[in-house]
Amino acid sequence: MRGHARVAFAYLTPALLVLGGLLAYPIYQLVLISLYDYGQEQVSGGAPLTFLGLGNYQKLLGDQQFWTVLGQTVGFAAVCVVGTLLVGACLAILCTRVRTWARMVLFLAALGAWSTPAVAGSTIWLFLFDANFGFVNEILGTTGYSWTFDKWTAFGLVAAQVIWCSFPFVMVTLYAGIKAIPAEVLEAAALDGASTLRTAVSVTLPLLKPILIVVTIQSIIWDFKVFTQIYVMTNGGGIAGRNLVLNVYAYQQAFAASEYGLGAAIGVVMTAVLLVITLFYLRALRRQGEAL
Amino acid sequence: MRRGLTESVTVVIAGVVAFPLFWMVLSAFKPEDEVISADPRPWTLRPSLDSFTRALTVQNFGRYFMNSVIVALVVVALSILISFLAATALTRFRFRSRTTLLIMLLVVQMVPIEALTVPLFFLMRSVGDSVPMFGLNHLGSLVLVHLAFSLPFAIWMLRGFVAAVPVELEEAATLDGASRFRFLWQVLFPLVAPGLVATSVLSFIHAWNDFLFAKTFIISAAENQTLPLALQVFVKPDQNDWGAIMAGSTLMTIPVLVFFVLVQRNLVSGLAGAVKG
Repeated sequence: MRGHARVAFAYLTPALLVLGGLLAYPIYQLVLISLYDYGQEQVSGGAPLTFLGLGNYQKLLGDQQFWTVLGQTVGFAAVCVVGTLLVGACLAILCTRVRTWARMVLFLAALGAWSTPAVAGSTIWLFLFDANFGFVNEILGTTGYSWTFDKWTAFGLVAAQVIWCSFPFVMVTLYAGIKAIPAEVLEAAALDGASTLRTAVSVTLPLLKPILIVVTIQSIIWDFKVFTQIYVMTNGGGIAGRNLVLNVYAYQQAFAASEYGLGAAIGVVMTAVLLVITLFYLRALRRQGEAL
Repeated sequence: MRRGLTESVTVVIAGVVAFPLFWMVLSAFKPEDEVISADPRPWTLRPSLDSFTRALTVQNFGRYFMNSVIVALVVVALSILISFLAATALTRFRFRSRTTLLIMLLVVQMVPIEALTVPLFFLMRSVGDSVPMFGLNHLGSLVLVHLAFSLPFAIWMLRGFVAAVPVELEEAATLDGASRFRFLWQVLFPLVAPGLVATSVLSFIHAWNDFLFAKTFIISAAENQTLPLALQVFVKPDQNDWGAIMAGSTLMTIPVLVFFVLVQRNLVSGLAGAVKG
């Protein structure tokens, strides 16, 4: 395999070009833009670019709204992650206890939820919970009640939609993990007189831990950057922006308010937070014996 | 007896999970007065295609559908080619900076692509000055960004599939006089096809579902909008044409659903491969 570096490089060139030009360079640009006062005048060339240094970040950290949005993002992501994991884990366990036909029925339904595009899923849920024509209000007898008007019911509705479309990944992965545990291990535990609960806590759970860590971190990463659901379901971040999360906030600052520098700064903050989570992810993968 | 109970619970849960989709399809086939009714019922006795007709004719949905198909298919084709070559390089060859590249691939996957809208917007704007096809308001810009976003994961995932092909096979092929090129496309490529299927489906779905970049890049060229944006066209404050929205959602969901069902086995083993390496 020696002397083949040139061939390897040739194979890698297209990928490196695309990734360099469309990921690495924009990341560099993101940081750069975040250091400038970059508004509509600067874009159209009507005003010179002024270097602000960390000015955008100062403005951001001094802004009450930023902290509110950050808190909302963390809280929203936390609810979604916990909900997704709980639902996914419970249903994965349920799947191990039923015959194939029942499992297939649940898998098919989950597959449907999983595959629904975020925009379509959001509009379906909006319609189900519509104040006047929604089926949910019809059942609850609360016709006319707007779920998206109140800040917290709006967040709850979006969280429910996010959990609906993300639990299948957790369920399928955990189910595969449970199935991958060798039957002998469980038999040995049973022979040693371990109860079902004891087996679950002392045998199954430790064996599943690596997979659990991976799905947890993956869920955190996904739910931290939810955009479409919030944007569509709360119509761009709710009334007076009270349903904003970081991603939507960045978008609104950049493209609605034409504060591109500020929007980029929010993007940098978000990337930094996610990179920290990624480090944990890498460590989790390493511990799982992932060979690079 | 207990199993019977657990199974009925399972079926009920499946019903709840599937209900939003059922409601979508049902509402798409309901006549308009039943959709916009203060007394919605979970059935219809007068199925009609009016909502689909409205979506396709009035709102020009067919055009947006084709735009989405084009973007997604081009992304899939390019990402298969590029990620296959890159995955081969990263598993079949040992060279300096290989580990660095792999770590970069993983890290780059975690970058919130949404954060890159601002720089990518300006990048596409300047690209458009020289090559309009790939600039703002053109489908090419969407192809480029989705290609970039789907590559890291595709390469990462394919690695496992390429590594699973024994090295002896390459030696045997070389002994038999196959050129490197031939080995690559006639031996290795078919062998990693299952992995390619799984990654393609994910690339397809990413491109198909994208809302943010379509919204950011396709600003003034209505004829180049993709499905997710077109769906937004129907959503008007206080006066939603829910029938057409549900018909549009159905049209948008079906391709993805079909793909998912077709490759679900692949997908699960592929994801396990991605998780386990």
